[in-house]
Amino acid sequence: MVLQDIIFWLLAAIMLAAALGVVLVRDLFRAALLLVTVFLAVAGFFVLLSAQFLAVVQVLVYAGAVAILLVFAVMLTKDVARGNQPNRLRLPAAGLAGLALAVFIAVAVTTGWTPLPPSVQEQAALVQTQASGGTTPEGLEQAGISGEVQRSQAQRATLADLLLGEYVVPFEAVSVLLLAAAVGSLALLRGRPQG
Amino acid sequence: MAPLVYFQILSAALFVIGLYGVLARRSAVLVVMSIELMLNAVNINLIAAASHLEGQGRFLNFDGHIIAIFVITIAAAEIGLALAIILRMYRNRATVDVDEINLMKW
Repeated sequence: MVLQDIIFWLLAAIMLAAALGVVLVRDLFRAALLLVTVFLAVAGFFVLLSAQFLAVVQVLVYAGAVAILLVFAVMLTKDVARGNQPNRLRLPAAGLAGLALAVFIAVAVTTGWTPLPPSVQEQAALVQTQASGGTTPEGLEQAGISGEVQRSQAQRATLADLLLGEYVVPFEAVSVLLLAAAVGSLALLRGRPQG
Repeated sequence: MAPLVYFQILSAALFVIGLYGVLARRSAVLVVMSIELMLNAVNINLIAAASHLEGQGRFLNFDGHIIAIFVITIAAAEIGLALAIILRMYRNRATVDVDEINLMKW
């Protein structure tokens, strides 16, 4: 698919340029806005990878809530005037980052990322179909359902089944963690400053 | 669709940009932003692997999606708490420079 390749390279260029801008630009407020650009580009990658639900969540949570929190923090701490200065670790940090990038790329290129053999895939599809009531592509085609909309709905249904079925214990743990974080940040910020 | 290795290299690049931001910047708010960059890189990697497991976005296995949802949730909790700590720090010490916050330094 040529169009998908064009979109991939376009999104990659936008995302990397904006990410470099976040860590290099001097104005903190501009860094926050560039970070929103990175979040939206990542949401674009999710759509490109057919993970539509996660793309929506990404826009809602990151480009919406997290971005507003960050802009508030930038405004409230008045650090905009001092700007975004590097500390004295700048060169060692750049060297370490370059080294890490080289290692990551070497590992990614040299590892043989073979997909599962077809027999294992069929087995997995069978298990998934039994577990989630026939929402795999094969199950959908057997049930006579096709088209992108139905597939996207089936994706949400499968995610919901997994979240509240197999993964219900981590789901509840994360819920408690989120509540604890919200209460904790309120407790940190209430009352008069002591010093 | 682009092969899996392209997505992995892209995600590695985003991750090391975040790493540089965490190590080399003074503003605590920017350190938090860089951590968000690193978490997003991890999410791209997870979704790309899940999508390429069977090819062309016809997912058989949603474990990558589930882990990505957990990463997003924990990132939201982390950023709320981190910004509360930064605001408190700013009220008490009138600075968000991570080099000047050395109260717990031995």
